[in-house]
Amino acid sequence: MVIRLRDVSKTYKEGPVEVAALRGMSLEIASQSFTMVVGPSGSGKTTLLNLIGCIDTPTAGNIEIDGHDVASLDDRSVTEFRARKIGFIFQHFNLVPVLSALENVEYALLLSKISATRRREATLAMLKSVGLYEQRNQRPNQLSGGQKQRVAIARALVKEPTIVLADEPTANLDSQTGASIVELMREMQSRSQTTFVFSTHDPQLMRHAEDTFTIRDGALVDHRRGMAQ
Amino acid sequence: MTTLKIAFRNIFRNRRRSLMTILAIGVGAVAVLLFGAFSSYMILSFQTDTVRRTGHLAVFGAGYFDFGVGNPGAFGISGYQDVMALIEGDPVLKPLIVVMTPSQAISGIAGNYADNRSKTFFGEGIIPSSRFRMRQWDEYGVGGMPVRPALTDEDAEGGVVGAGLARILGLCAALDVTPCPTAPKAKAPGHEQIAAAAPRDFSLLVAEDRPTERPSGSEHGRPQIDLLAATAGDAPNVVSLNLNSAVRLGLKDLEDNYVAMNLAKAQQLLYGRGEHKVSTITLQLRRTEDLAPARARLESLVGEHQWDLEVRDFRELTPLYDQALSFFLFIFSFIAAIIAVIVLFTIVNTMGMSVMERTNEIGTVRALGVQRRSLRWQFVAEGCILGAIGAALGAAVAGLLAFAINHSGVTWSPPNVAGKELLHLYLFRNPELILGTWAGLVAMSILAALIPASRAAKMPVVDALRHV
Repeated sequence: MVIRLRDVSKTYKEGPVEVAALRGMSLEIASQSFTMVVGPSGSGKTTLLNLIGCIDTPTAGNIEIDGHDVASLDDRSVTEFRARKIGFIFQHFNLVPVLSALENVEYALLLSKISATRRREATLAMLKSVGLYEQRNQRPNQLSGGQKQRVAIARALVKEPTIVLADEPTANLDSQTGASIVELMREMQSRSQTTFVFSTHDPQLMRHAEDTFTIRDGALVDHRRGMAQ
Repeated sequence: MTTLKIAFRNIFRNRRRSLMTILAIGVGAVAVLLFGAFSSYMILSFQTDTVRRTGHLAVFGAGYFDFGVGNPGAFGISGYQDVMALIEGDPVLKPLIVVMTPSQAISGIAGNYADNRSKTFFGEGIIPSSRFRMRQWDEYGVGGMPVRPALTDEDAEGGVVGAGLARILGLCAALDVTPCPTAPKAKAPGHEQIAAAAPRDFSLLVAEDRPTERPSGSEHGRPQIDLLAATAGDAPNVVSLNLNSAVRLGLKDLEDNYVAMNLAKAQQLLYGRGEHKVSTITLQLRRTEDLAPARARLESLVGEHQWDLEVRDFRELTPLYDQALSFFLFIFSFIAAIIAVIVLFTIVNTMGMSVMERTNEIGTVRALGVQRRSLRWQFVAEGCILGAIGAALGAAVAGLLAFAINHSGVTWSPPNVAGKELLHLYLFRNPELILGTWAGLVAMSILAALIPASRAAKMPVVDALRHV
């Protein structure tokens, strides 16, 4: 198992009111799987992905990623951990607007200690893989939504992370583009043998998952394996 | 793809805001540099004027500096020619000195015997050619070279007086002093009263001293005055002086009291038939920066030869110099502080807005694994670039303005200076001012950027990603 959550709770404070986003959740995600987290809006999908992605800390419980108890790491260590082990694909693409497609992808590699030549080769290879080699010098505002998300996928995968987290990556795309993005992610996952954790509330995309966790009101309500077709 | 490259691109992201920030910094730089250049000119102009009058160093008889004004004859330097010869022959001092000249301070009563008017005076006996060379000293290119003096070395009987003294003695018409009003009888003390303040019978003394064959009141068309002073032996003595002109000195008190004559004449008045001494040996150096070593060497010579002398520099002789220096430094610091605060707030505002607009981006790069420290430096680099460009632009504009003003021929009358001088802004000869202002503004920009940069770095990743 690459991801293990044990009795994880997360409570947010909104003024005097405490809102429980996750309630004692325990789950395990297998290595190199294409896993989906599904559930309605507000069910806690994003909170779960944020905790797995080490960009948020649980109120209670343990999270183990690739053998590391990430909740015990300080900010510097957890940031370094993210840089090496975790790739993110965001709903709103979140590309750096002043960087070209190539630079956005390369940016992820700047945080690792590889040579400039190898960095550039890996970046170009990744852009070819997602079909954006020709658009490599274009800035995000010159790319379509689908192209932006392809750049984001390339950025997430170029550093060969242990886990890629994608929080509703198709939510801002039309259905056709969304389907092609999921296809691409599936293809890239099988090629790179990386663990993909993907949140959605679109039932049509669920058929791609090898493993599906359904959550509601911050609690795990269902876990199914082998749904991918 | 370095931090600087990304910083540059982020600056051009919101061009109007960046431009306004750069302009604000640039205007600040122009203000600091032009005022700094003007202050530098004022200080060096004042130093030039002071050094032209007093030289860099003065050698006095011990105690003269504190007590000599009341009785200059009592503190005269005995054998001053030997002292000067030793100084002149010193291998350390010789290359540093441009003019060395003796002078004798003197005070007493000046009288226009023909018009029965008199007035206390103070003045000096000088070597006119040496003083003229001193007036040509111009290490900093201030200009304002002196016209040929009215007094020459050969004119043993000649002298000059301040314009005010000429007026009081009733000689303003004869010496072409304007304005030349008639003293109102009701308000001004009459010449009888002034004369009464003089010794018991100044007129009689003068009449006794004057050769009977000489006509009184003028000689060869030059107005003549008589000077009465106590000799070093406390005996009254009188000499006559043929006035060549009345001079403007920039200070009314000075103009109302000043008399200058050849050194020999002053010595004749003060020492009579005794040993002729001087009150001061003035040294003017080629460069002011040699002042400390020259003074040290001079004091060492005084010690070696056990001369009963003391050495003072021009700053001690003219306390106003240090006061003016402090005054300009204070104003400069005040203006620089105001500019620094403006730059600080401008950059804080600009970077603060940038942080707010880029909150989501901050969350993204932090999620990707960018450390807080790197993110902080990213924003600091942006502030630094804004500061560097703004300060460089300001320096360039200040340079153009300074060049234009320096070549425009604008003249003005500095304080304590009679006549007009060309206005200069000492910017180009002041690279430390330019570099200091540039570095100071960049430092302020970095400091200002640190506040929003730290805020950005401390932002929780999840909160930053949630920001719309």
